[in-house]
Amino acid sequence: MKNVWQTTLVAMLLCASLNPAGAAEPIKVGSFLTVTGPASFLGDPELKTLQMYVEDINAKGGVKGRKLELIHYDTGGNAKDAVNFVKRLIKNDNVDFIIGGTTTGDTLAVIPDVEKEGIPFISLAGAVEIIEPVRKWVFKMPHTDRMAVAKIYEDLRKRGLTKVAIITGDGGFDKSGREQLLKLAPQYGITIVADESYGNKDTDMTAQLTKIRATDAQAIINFGLGQAPAIVTKNIKQLGITLPLYQSHGVASKTFIDLAGEAAEGARLPAAALVVAEQLPDADPQKPVLMAYKNKYEAKYGPVSTFGGHAYDGLMIAVAAIQRAGGTDKTKVRDEIEKTQGFIGTAGVFNMTPQDHMGLTVDAFKLVEIRNGSWKIVQ
Amino acid sequence: MRLAGFYVFAAVVALLPVLFPTNYFVTVVGASAGLHVILAVGLNLLMGYAGQISLGHAAFFGMGAYASAILTTRFGWYSLLALATGLLVAGTVAWLLARPILRLRGHYLAMATLGFGIIVHVVMVQATRWTGGPDGLAGVPPLNLLGWTVEGDLPWYGVIMAAMLLTVWLSLNLVDSQVGRALRAVHGSEFAAQMMGIDIGRAKTQVFVVSALFAAFAGSLFAHQQAFVSPDSFNLIVSVELVTMVVLGGMASTFGAACGAIALTLLNEWLVVFEDYEMLIHGALLMAVMIFMPQGLFVGLSQGARRLWAMVRPKS
Repeated sequence: MKNVWQTTLVAMLLCASLNPAGAAEPIKVGSFLTVTGPASFLGDPELKTLQMYVEDINAKGGVKGRKLELIHYDTGGNAKDAVNFVKRLIKNDNVDFIIGGTTTGDTLAVIPDVEKEGIPFISLAGAVEIIEPVRKWVFKMPHTDRMAVAKIYEDLRKRGLTKVAIITGDGGFDKSGREQLLKLAPQYGITIVADESYGNKDTDMTAQLTKIRATDAQAIINFGLGQAPAIVTKNIKQLGITLPLYQSHGVASKTFIDLAGEAAEGARLPAAALVVAEQLPDADPQKPVLMAYKNKYEAKYGPVSTFGGHAYDGLMIAVAAIQRAGGTDKTKVRDEIEKTQGFIGTAGVFNMTPQDHMGLTVDAFKLVEIRNGSWKIVQ
Repeated sequence: MRLAGFYVFAAVVALLPVLFPTNYFVTVVGASAGLHVILAVGLNLLMGYAGQISLGHAAFFGMGAYASAILTTRFGWYSLLALATGLLVAGTVAWLLARPILRLRGHYLAMATLGFGIIVHVVMVQATRWTGGPDGLAGVPPLNLLGWTVEGDLPWYGVIMAAMLLTVWLSLNLVDSQVGRALRAVHGSEFAAQMMGIDIGRAKTQVFVVSALFAAFAGSLFAHQQAFVSPDSFNLIVSVELVTMVVLGGMASTFGAACGAIALTLLNEWLVVFEDYEMLIHGALLMAVMIFMPQGLFVGLSQGARRLWAMVRPKS
């Protein structure tokens, strides 16, 4: 009889030490980002942001007394790896929700698995196809490419320009952007007089731009990521083309201005408010959020980009949803994310509905112009 | 007795999910290792036995995958019919390509196959209307086998492993047939093989087509299993990885190629936790294997095991 009691006591002690009070079990945050490779300028600030804020939240006592644990894999921009990592996050690491998918390609690739397994997934990629049609478990933080195009076309209309030339790269972001440019043009009374493309690794786009010069275009729109738009911008200057140039939100980072140099002067683009945080009026409810994020990030890592901001928005929305749901039950957390209302993030004010899994409006974009090597809001 | 190794292999494959039905490394990683084995075994027929290099093998893998994905998603075809069409397309392309391309040797053959792989990749990226472009094609319906819908990890493990065992068995039999002997003769010396009355053009074409069929078969399964295809999965890097699997495992041995495919799949999965050092360790390990086991992992390990056995064997 004594033996039985001893065994029971030992077993109870073991259980207690393995699972102290049950509540302290960490909330597992799964993440897969493109930290290396051509899209690393997107994924790198995203990862740094997640790490910084997970640490920050834990230092403040965690969420509902539970610490956050970040589990991250680098896809290198390879959709095949993204699929494998998401399977691993769900089945091997048993994460509670997933933030990630730096590129549209990575995100679209993992959607079948996310939907099948049923886990809240917040994507950090741009294309509108991610949330259209609406998928039960998939949410998205950044503005869509359609909103970027709408913002550019609105400005063209204000300036009375109707004939545009578009030039885009061969990546996923570029192609999706091009599609939206073609699709929305009629609604704004815009005629596309030239539709040129280049390879994202090309080092000279003068051939395409010479063709554009020969048309009667009144403005040039370049939709792309990375180095290529900087080369386009430089080539335009070299050819002596003086047409107004529009870029996409894909170049809304200091790197673009550094790469394109003086040629970037006067170029306009839609960008999240983060890049012009200081210029916002003090009454803007977004300003304190933006400044807090910017100061915190810059103190640790250097100049902010809007991309890291999306990771901040995603993490905060998920954490708030877990708080409201009172735990990490996947269905409840999903429902709460969908009920996000009036959340002020770096990308804008999020108001999600069952029909809209992003919750931003076109106003969340600011149209900015590059002046004196910096961003200026166009009024 | 000739197939003893095969039966042991099949038994292990069948036993693993019974012992570990929910283990991620068995059901998920195991299934992708199975697809790699099909690819490596097919490529090994071409590289190991016939001595012809292909740096564009991912193209055939992609053809099978895209054929299944496009036909089932956009046209609502029955999945087995789409699979068969994929095989037909890849086989026909391989057959048309074989004669001109396999006349080349060494570096020139490597260049030609490399170019072929890149062309197919460019088509996948640019033909947006059909392939979905660089972002790929999502929502591929699950595989339907005569009314049985394959969904979930364990069923997929079963289907892929059955397909893999079938290809390994085919390969083992092919190698020991007249065709296999002809191929090895071609590998040894094309001139001598010709003198023995072997039609080397025909032998090379046959093996190239078979190899492409294996790859396309794996591609179709891959498309249904992932429910998604994008050009990333069929680029030059993948072709090089396949060659690495064959060389790492040991050329001219079906189990060698299988061993290389499994080893490389597991290695990638294990090294992920090292994050920044992943590539470094990966490269160092491959170099070490090639230096210390030049005939490949399979031969190296079995020799090592034999030597160990000789040491501990009770002396009678």
